[in-house]
Amino acid sequence: MMVVPNITADAFRHFAPVASDWPGNEWWHWLVFTVIIIVFILVMVIIFIYLERRIIAWFAARIGPNRTGPFGVFQNIAAALKLLLKEGVNPTNADILIFWLAPIVVFAPVIAVFAVVPFQDGALLKDLNIGILFVIAISSISTIGVFMAGWSSGNKYSMLGAMRMIAAVVSYEIPVVLALAGVVMLAGSLSLNDIVVAQERVPFILLQPLGFLLLFVGGCAEINRSPFDLMEADSELVAGFHTEYSGIKWAMFFLGEFGEMVVMATLIATLFLGGWQGPGLPPWLWLLIKIFIVDFVMIWTRATLPRVRIDQLMALAWKFMFPLALVNLIVTAIQVLAWPDALPLYVIPINWVITVMLVLLGSKLFKLGWGRVEV
Amino acid sequence: MQLRTEPFVLNIGPVHPSTHGVFRMRATLDGEVVVDLEPVFGYLHRGIEKLAEERTYSGVIPLTDRLDYVASITNNLAYVLAVEKLAGITVPERAEYIRVITSEMQRIAAHLVSVGSFLNDAGAYFTPFLYMYRERENIVDLFDMLCGQRLLYSYMRIGGVSQDLPDEFLPALRKFIPHMRSRINEYDWLLKENEILLARAKGVGILPRETAISIGASGPVLRGCGVKWDLRKADPYSIYDRFEFDIPTGIQGDCYDRYRVRVEEMRQSLRILEQAVEQIPAGEIRGDVPQLVRPPAGEAYAHVEGPTGEVGFHVVSDGSIAPYRCHIRAPSLMNLTALKDMIVGWKVQDLILIFGSFAITMGEVDR
Repeated sequence: MMVVPNITADAFRHFAPVASDWPGNEWWHWLVFTVIIIVFILVMVIIFIYLERRIIAWFAARIGPNRTGPFGVFQNIAAALKLLLKEGVNPTNADILIFWLAPIVVFAPVIAVFAVVPFQDGALLKDLNIGILFVIAISSISTIGVFMAGWSSGNKYSMLGAMRMIAAVVSYEIPVVLALAGVVMLAGSLSLNDIVVAQERVPFILLQPLGFLLLFVGGCAEINRSPFDLMEADSELVAGFHTEYSGIKWAMFFLGEFGEMVVMATLIATLFLGGWQGPGLPPWLWLLIKIFIVDFVMIWTRATLPRVRIDQLMALAWKFMFPLALVNLIVTAIQVLAWPDALPLYVIPINWVITVMLVLLGSKLFKLGWGRVEV
Repeated sequence: MQLRTEPFVLNIGPVHPSTHGVFRMRATLDGEVVVDLEPVFGYLHRGIEKLAEERTYSGVIPLTDRLDYVASITNNLAYVLAVEKLAGITVPERAEYIRVITSEMQRIAAHLVSVGSFLNDAGAYFTPFLYMYRERENIVDLFDMLCGQRLLYSYMRIGGVSQDLPDEFLPALRKFIPHMRSRINEYDWLLKENEILLARAKGVGILPRETAISIGASGPVLRGCGVKWDLRKADPYSIYDRFEFDIPTGIQGDCYDRYRVRVEEMRQSLRILEQAVEQIPAGEIRGDVPQLVRPPAGEAYAHVEGPTGEVGFHVVSDGSIAPYRCHIRAPSLMNLTALKDMIVGWKVQDLILIFGSFAITMGEVDR
């Protein structure tokens, strides 16, 4: 276990065996949580798609789906049934085995990630002591699935989309991981449950605004959210890597994509917004509320912003976010060293001022042309 | 380490989300960079010029609607101006004002479509597009009030216009002008200084001034390069010399300049509309024109400043009831001449953006 000074006064409380709300290591615990996670993801994906359609419609001054069921809530269920019954078309040039395998490789890791996400204190499938590392490692597997899809489709649009995806994910892993490192230093643990417990006093978004920003932007880039949705840029590459997919295989990609969105929203809510912590309401409800807030902001950016270009995407990662992530790491390290017991509250304004200054400087430089790299 | 790479051919279109119809580009790509481009035209060819030879002079008007179908009024106007020139027909004052009002409304509507689809090509997921269409809807409603049509108006007639303004038209238009102005300000506030749009569109797809002039570019594409050339000022047709307005121009001729020129032109069109609504006189809306126009043998060329550029009709008469030849100068096609030079060297995403900044209409390119 990493022994790093902790923010809370009772720093090492979580490493001692504590009675959590849920027992671990029982067979029924595993079973219950496996079912909960799968149902949770499927239901959340349906809700996310519904919200995406309705909220984007709202932003774009139109109505959105409102015919199937009250307020159109069953529209996605109808769409899913249609996709299940639809013929799956295999392109002539496709590499069939990889073509069929790719949707599974994309979707499976999304479910696996939730094994370490706490719904309330101790309520998770397995409280791994390397929780964040597990999340990063597993969620990267989806990229391989995307590349498999792009390669095996035998379509140039798919290939271009897949290549962009690889470039983006490889670049954005670095600032994202560095942004997470700041949280890990503050919490003194890699376990997601411990990180949430460490946010009892203040959520880390106040102490780590820069880290939050980096994770949000980098996360959006990793899960193909606008303005970084170059991999399936509908106005350029038709549909990117899943151009050739149809029926349930396409639906798997869709599930995987929105599942990744659920993962990213959950991760941001857990690491920076205090997870299940919150007054009054039950903990799982707090987590859900926070997930939906993050989701709303993601939809907002999608409805508002134009798309960046591939070289600007790369430049943003390497010239802008990577240095900022390093600065964030160093500042956090100094602060954790200076106040080993608990960070005083006056570091909050300091960190916010640093963040605002750095971001303004960065955007100024980005505007001046640093944003372009010649490939 | 040097990996062996080779360019590959990507067929963009004829059916593609961003080709504004059925345009096809055979792009040779080196990774993401476009190294060669071959535009392929003709997927929407309907032989309008030939069809025009088999119709009476007024029967050609509905055909002209189908050229640039987002700006049918200006096509109508260019054609009837050519025929009036050929036959020596004068147009009553009120009809001239109605022509100007409808042309400027049409210009705003067409620019809204252009700007919206340009931003859509830039990747702003349909929000600006639908906002622009919401405003365009107001204009279309006005046209609906005027002639019962919402897209292909066929409103112009040789010697005037088809119907007089209904009573509720001018009050509705007066209400629309300040509304539209505030909406344009709102969109500017959202998008004019948007970092991503600046990074994507500024300095991208530069059309040099000399090239633009030598290929015969016109409209916002030409004015984006900083050339102050607008037929409403350069060769005033109808009664445009009575109105006060400016010609907005760009600086270096990139995608951003073309986008800005369109937005500013909408403001200028609102200015013209304001003046025209105040000045419009009462009176006849059609001159004394026979049912079957038989212009004397000869030829005439008339041009107007359409939303995409100079729309010109060259009509040749042999003295019969149908034109002997009706050549159409399509601004979209002329502007596209420089497409290859502008795109080669840029990336696939820029290709879509540069192409989108022309705001072509395939109906006009292929005729």
